[in-house]
Amino acid sequence: MAYPYTHPKEVRLLSRYFGDPGARSLEGWKARGGYQALPKAFEMGRDRVIEEVKASGLRGRGGAGFPTGVKWSFMPKERTRPHYLLCNADESEPGTFKDRELLRWTPHQVIEGIAIAAYAIQAEQSYIYCRGEFFETTQVLARALEEAYEAGILGENAMGSGIRIDITIHVGAGAYICGEETGLMNSLEGRRGQPRVKPPFPAQAGYRGMPTTVNNVETLASVPYITLHGGEAYRAYGTDQSPGTKLFCVSGHVRKPGNYELPLGFPLMELIEDVCGGLREGRRLKAVIPGGSSVPILSAEECWDCLLSYEGVAKAGSQLGCASVIVMDDTTDIVKQVRRMVGFYAHESCGQCTPCREGSAWMEKILRRIEEGRGTEEDLDTLMEVAGQMEGTTICVLSDSAAAPVKSSIMKFRDEYLARIRTGERVGAA
Amino acid sequence: MSQQPNPQTVTLTIDGRSVTVPKGTTILRAAEMVGIKIPHYCYHPGLSSPAMCRLCLVEVEGWPKLAPSCKTAVAEGQVVHTDSEKARAQRTGVLEFYLVNHPLDCPICDQSGECKLQDYVFAEGRVHGRSREPKRVFGRDDFGGDVLFYGDRCVMCTRCVRFMREVAQDDRLCVVERGSRSVIDTFFEKGLEGSPFAGNIVDICPVGALVSKDFLYKARAWDLDHTPSVCPSCSQGCNISIHTRDNLVQRLKPRENLEVNGWWMCDYGRFNYEWMNRRDRLSVPVVGGKAVGWSEAVNSLAEDLRAAIGQGAVRAVCSPLASNEDMGFLRALVDVLGGGEIYYRSRRAPDEIVLPGYPILARRRDLAPNVRGAELQGMIRVGDDEARGGLDQVASHEGIVLVLGDPLLDQGEDFGGRAAVYVYFGTYPSVAAGRARFVLPITTFAESEGTWINVQGRVQRFWPALRAPGEAWPAWRVLGSMLAALGEGPAPAEAHVAFERVAQRTPALEGISYRDIGTRGVMVREPALVSGD
Ligand SMILES: Cc1cc2nc3c(=O)[nH]c(=O)nc-3n(C[C@H](O)[C@H](O)[C@H](O)COP(=O)(O)O)c2cc1C
Ligand code: SF4
Ligand code: SF4
Ligand code: SF4
Repeated sequence: MAYPYTHPKEVRLLSRYFGDPGARSLEGWKARGGYQALPKAFEMGRDRVIEEVKASGLRGRGGAGFPTGVKWSFMPKERTRPHYLLCNADESEPGTFKDRELLRWTPHQVIEGIAIAAYAIQAEQSYIYCRGEFFETTQVLARALEEAYEAGILGENAMGSGIRIDITIHVGAGAYICGEETGLMNSLEGRRGQPRVKPPFPAQAGYRGMPTTVNNVETLASVPYITLHGGEAYRAYGTDQSPGTKLFCVSGHVRKPGNYELPLGFPLMELIEDVCGGLREGRRLKAVIPGGSSVPILSAEECWDCLLSYEGVAKAGSQLGCASVIVMDDTTDIVKQVRRMVGFYAHESCGQCTPCREGSAWMEKILRRIEEGRGTEEDLDTLMEVAGQMEGTTICVLSDSAAAPVKSSIMKFRDEYLARIRTGERVGAA
Repeated sequence: MSQQPNPQTVTLTIDGRSVTVPKGTTILRAAEMVGIKIPHYCYHPGLSSPAMCRLCLVEVEGWPKLAPSCKTAVAEGQVVHTDSEKARAQRTGVLEFYLVNHPLDCPICDQSGECKLQDYVFAEGRVHGRSREPKRVFGRDDFGGDVLFYGDRCVMCTRCVRFMREVAQDDRLCVVERGSRSVIDTFFEKGLEGSPFAGNIVDICPVGALVSKDFLYKARAWDLDHTPSVCPSCSQGCNISIHTRDNLVQRLKPRENLEVNGWWMCDYGRFNYEWMNRRDRLSVPVVGGKAVGWSEAVNSLAEDLRAAIGQGAVRAVCSPLASNEDMGFLRALVDVLGGGEIYYRSRRAPDEIVLPGYPILARRRDLAPNVRGAELQGMIRVGDDEARGGLDQVASHEGIVLVLGDPLLDQGEDFGGRAAVYVYFGTYPSVAAGRARFVLPITTFAESEGTWINVQGRVQRFWPALRAPGEAWPAWRVLGSMLAALGEGPAPAEAHVAFERVAQRTPALEGISYRDIGTRGVMVREPALVSGD
């Protein structure tokens, strides 16, 4: 039986064994070709591993899309103090559910990726920061880690290399902001989970003030493939600026929502209409959020020729983010949608920065009033200005993320707001 | 020869002005040095900079985003605008955000008049806020100790949390919840109770979120007079400001002095002021049970003293609250009268209470401000740690007995009963002054000008904050007049003359001018001579 849904157009470098419980055990994973990349990495040496990841053009899958090899090369060449690798498994961006699947179906793939990365950046200790709600996932991961330790893959002498690679799971308490890399570090240190001012950057002073690299689960899961097959092989997929494959988390009004691994640059409409089986009977596309709730909404027209690469989505007027595609058909009440998203950010703002703390909650209140039919046209101007004040003025970009849906929806769906304001008329199913 | 830039300094331009500052200085500090004040809440010079209020953002040419000036180090050639349209719009925007949930209950808020939210909004806020939404309400919370918390007024700068964590190093406050539900709270039921420095958080709270129970509703900020002074409650000598209204001390506030107390003071000192407001004061000179004028009192005392010279040594008792001027003139008088011993008694606490994050500040063991001054004048410490006892040889002395400032609370009616002349220079009536032929009213430090020497050997000045009751004079003035009547120089009319006269005859103070002491104090010339605690 295929993992909820699969599609022939997928290129399943990472997700091939999704839905296959046999892949979870160490034995099963080895039988499927696992743990060949780590010994190869030891053979290649750190520098070549980093060079290969650079050559692959792999970009961070946590949302920002920063080139992974370049990030690793920021770490000090000489280890005079402990180095740390933090695997970011706090996955909480609305619409995103890929890291959970990677961890839950292929925990050893992630562990191997972490081990290679830890070796490359000379981190003897790595942490996997798991979202608090990932109960089953954490269980599966913990079991896999235990196996890896028992088999000598991890520990003081990882796979007989003489190199220490330790991995520890840390379970968060369910805060979105702990997915922001410096908030994650604070949380891991036992402090309040709130982002730090940068600089200093993590590679200079991160976890416990030591050189640190933070990578997303999917980023690290891609590393074994690249190590084993080389950067060139990875570049066989995707575009020049966005090489490789990416897990697309599709949710919303499509017939077959789910995770699909596709080469970057895949057309958005083809994803919706072909891969995901299209919209429901008789429905028209209204809007798509292509990269998780933090990125601007695309109107249906903007989707027509949008290609799902970092540069393609940017050209269409949004961002690829973590490739969480939220599809909305004409039954969608945009005002309500946006209000709920802003409510999420208002709830999750750590509250340090005044614009984010006050602005997100204020916008939510205004939006709720509009939603209830008690808005005014001036409210839209206020919303645009408040959102503007929240962009680029804070410690982390959660504030910008809260502003994005507000600004983009007012620009693209102003009529819908106005209809609600003037007549109280609700568009869509509510 | 080309001009080499100094590697230790950086030259930049702020609002068109060229500024040269040490490397590593922040933009905010550099601006301050040329008199440009950048609004801020979370930044405080005595605390870490979280750069979270986002009010101090300034424009740096060539940078894509505004920079937090409290945390951004200056760079060579940098061009900074604190007053550009972008920087101003940022402040106006942030200020509007603060008002979304702020109750604006200024009329009943203790901070009103000295509130940074009022000040900033008045200067750069929007004329009308746009929020029409219901505000979130936290209400009031008793944080324990002297501190009340009005959550709705909080601007979430976390200064209070950081003070407790970084300076008091007694982590009793934290932010709970997040987003706009964030609120300051205490960990345990006891809250701040018993924390010896917690009162400082009320000072550094930029708004009326943290207020003092002691001061609550006592006075409006604009009705208070501020007088620079020095805390009289221990030998640390924290620099303070005495806030008065209606000739009453309403509260004490620390005054910045990085060499002594930073921005801080202890709660013991802060709240030990009610005695300055005591009304049961000696207010007229009394000679032989009769109220008289000062000239009569001085003349008649001079006569008695002259007659008594030569009838054995003088024995004197002096309070360690007395100023250097009082003590110096007392010593001079004793010498003129044939010499003798001066004793002092000081209450001593069992331990010092150090402020861990600013360890040069400690509530010292000696609970009096001028023990060092007394030592400089060769006075002898007697009595126990409660400043009791040790005066037997004075109580029954048959020669001249002089008591200055010591209230003699532990002494009986017979004190000084056998003295040839017994003079009581005091502030309050005392049972033990009953046998004194001369009961002369003197001022407290809060009513006079003068100097003390703190535990570090630092001479510090205080100024009169209150009107003296009735005819009370500073002790140095009475003593100076006595000396004049005995033919020892002119009576000093002003405090600085008194100080200079005392300085001339006190080697450790030689060459120090009253004016040099200023509001910050100067070290005595031979601090090594001042014994350690
Ligand atoms: C508010 C916020 C939440 C974030 N949450 C996550 C998350 O849950 N998982 C994640 O991998 N990255 C998250 N990020 C991005 C991380 O800060 C960081 O860029 C990323 O983990 C780096 O890994 P990468 O280079 O492999 O993408 C978040 C960023 C922000 C601003
Ligand atoms: S932008 Fe928001 S979430 Fe990010 S640090 Fe500031 S207050 Fe916290
Ligand atoms: S109570 Fe005062 S000092 Fe504490 S965070 Fe609020 S505004 Fe700042
Ligand atoms: S430490 Fe001493 S001088 Fe300072 S405030 Fe406390 S009692 Fe006063």
